[in-house]
Amino acid sequence: MVYLSPVLALVLSLLAGVVLFYIMGVSPLAALHAFFIEPLSTGYGLAELGVKATPLVLIGVALALGFKAGVWNIGAEGQLTMGALCGSLVALYFYDQDGFYILPLMLIAGVLGGMAWAAIVAFLRVRFNANEILTSLMLSYVAGLFLNLMVHGPLKDPEGFNFPESRQFSESALLPIILDGTRLHVGAVIALLVVAWGWMILSRTLLGYQIKVAGSAPEACEHAGFSFSGIIWTTLLLSGGVAGLAGIIEVSGPIGQLLPNISPGYGFTAIIVAYVGRLHPIGVLFAGILLALTYLGGETAQIQLNLPVAVTGVFQGLLLFFLLASDVLIRYRVQFGKARLAVENK
Amino acid sequence: MDVFIPALLTIITAATPLLFAALGEMVTEKSGVLNLGVEGMMVMGAIIAFTTVHFSGSVSLAIVTSILAGAIMATIFALFVLIFHASQVPTGLALTIFGIGLSALLGQDMIGIPYEGIPKIAIPLLSTIPVVGSLFFTQDFLVYLSLAMVLAIHYFLQKTRPGLILRAVGDSHDAAHAMGYSVVKIRFMAILFGGAMCGLGGAYLSLAYSPMWVEQMTAGRGWIALALVVFACWRTGRVLFGAYLFGGISILQLHAQALGIGIPSQVMSMLPYLATIIVLVIISRDVSKIKLNAPASLGKPFHPSR
Repeated sequence: MVYLSPVLALVLSLLAGVVLFYIMGVSPLAALHAFFIEPLSTGYGLAELGVKATPLVLIGVALALGFKAGVWNIGAEGQLTMGALCGSLVALYFYDQDGFYILPLMLIAGVLGGMAWAAIVAFLRVRFNANEILTSLMLSYVAGLFLNLMVHGPLKDPEGFNFPESRQFSESALLPIILDGTRLHVGAVIALLVVAWGWMILSRTLLGYQIKVAGSAPEACEHAGFSFSGIIWTTLLLSGGVAGLAGIIEVSGPIGQLLPNISPGYGFTAIIVAYVGRLHPIGVLFAGILLALTYLGGETAQIQLNLPVAVTGVFQGLLLFFLLASDVLIRYRVQFGKARLAVENK
Repeated sequence: MDVFIPALLTIITAATPLLFAALGEMVTEKSGVLNLGVEGMMVMGAIIAFTTVHFSGSVSLAIVTSILAGAIMATIFALFVLIFHASQVPTGLALTIFGIGLSALLGQDMIGIPYEGIPKIAIPLLSTIPVVGSLFFTQDFLVYLSLAMVLAIHYFLQKTRPGLILRAVGDSHDAAHAMGYSVVKIRFMAILFGGAMCGLGGAYLSLAYSPMWVEQMTAGRGWIALALVVFACWRTGRVLFGAYLFGGISILQLHAQALGIGIPSQVMSMLPYLATIIVLVIISRDVSKIKLNAPASLGKPFHPSR
């Protein structure tokens, strides 16, 4: 049932989607085709799926580690933004140079930027007991405004006719394309490595064990001598770092420069990804691809059927709802007829 | 005075949506349920109110529909949390994500439509008092309603028997259940009330604060309202104080620009979010204070067989 419930949730969301499209006066079949079949019918579409899935899978894995420990970092969007910003600083510093060292430096700066932003959350939680849900979310808004400020000010392209955009990154600051004729870049490989890394941590290390204990039995965690503060710090730094990595990958991959808006809410959608993936790195991989498909399908449906892009958000919300609802089947057994006492069942 | 009266007036309009939402969430939390869907319920209230007033022209109808919108959103949450026993944190997040998406979908034809805003009511005689009159007695009726709700909720929670029962459910659902109170029914009503208030808060945003529809126009106010409840230590009077404090901080940017202070607008826009973090830190650092004031069963699931 644990692995069946995401499938059940998907089926229910599709049914709800049919109703939604019917109400909107669009042929449900045509809409579902545009949403879920059309994008997958070409090689380019499949590559785009990889491009969109990359940040979702990256952040999804990172968040899953935290959620498993009961650390609610929902500010991945802000950590993504700060990672993108810090990595871009490197790219813009070396804008007129070529070198193999630029890209690795950018990725490292991206990770550090995301980590630093998450470190604030960890510090406030551990030192001052401030709720990480609220602080991480507030910091997301701050990060978005900060990026906006930078792109309108110091990082604006001097030759850019006053548009709020940075310089285009130089060739050696762009992630190599791994499939000719598409936008699929090395970031997708990095995402797969992070999935493997997340799986290693959770199933093969002491840290992974501590994370699981902290989440499922906080008291046991304390009695075992695991430091909960340490787990908060570790999970937040890890998830912030990976979110920052996703940010710089996004900027140096498909975008190629800093813009005021660099993510269509990947950091928030990754929360759904983590849940639909059952907080398991392999599951997150599939969930990331599924939710990437909702973004891609939303764009296709907009072009073909003139459907608003907002349908994507509704669909994503529905998916999470149905998943949470079908989880009841994991924890409880549905009994029909008269309720019986547990002893009678023997 | 010429500068201060308009400034104080804008504080009131900026504070009112926060006040509605935070009061509603406080009642929900008092019953032991943490609903993180405030942002989603507010944004739905905002779009439904604006759509209603656009098509019907009736402000009162818009208020009613926004309350319904918030309550319906809250019903979804209540269904999941109380009937399906889904955990409260992810369900609340789902409600926010769903609300933002659905409101964007519903509001795609409402973008850019102007609306003159809801009328102000001048209370006879009192409104003619200089300064005080124009500040406190020439407001729209939602402002009066929000202030009346402060008193009503304080009275309900502290002085009435149903209020006592609601607090009992929030502090120990097992004890309340053992005494024969229906924990699920009481929490359902508290969640519904919270949703209705959030819908009202959203309606105030799109009808009065900035009378128009913009996608995600709540801009994190739902989350600030959640922080306000913690800041207020779950006390009605302090929710009022907190809402006006944050109303003041969030309008600083308008007046800083008007006065020609050379701080980038983005920095000024950060202030409410930074202030939220700062007050959270100040309040939360005293662990015992939070433990003494927070409803003891807050966020814990309830199942009668356990």
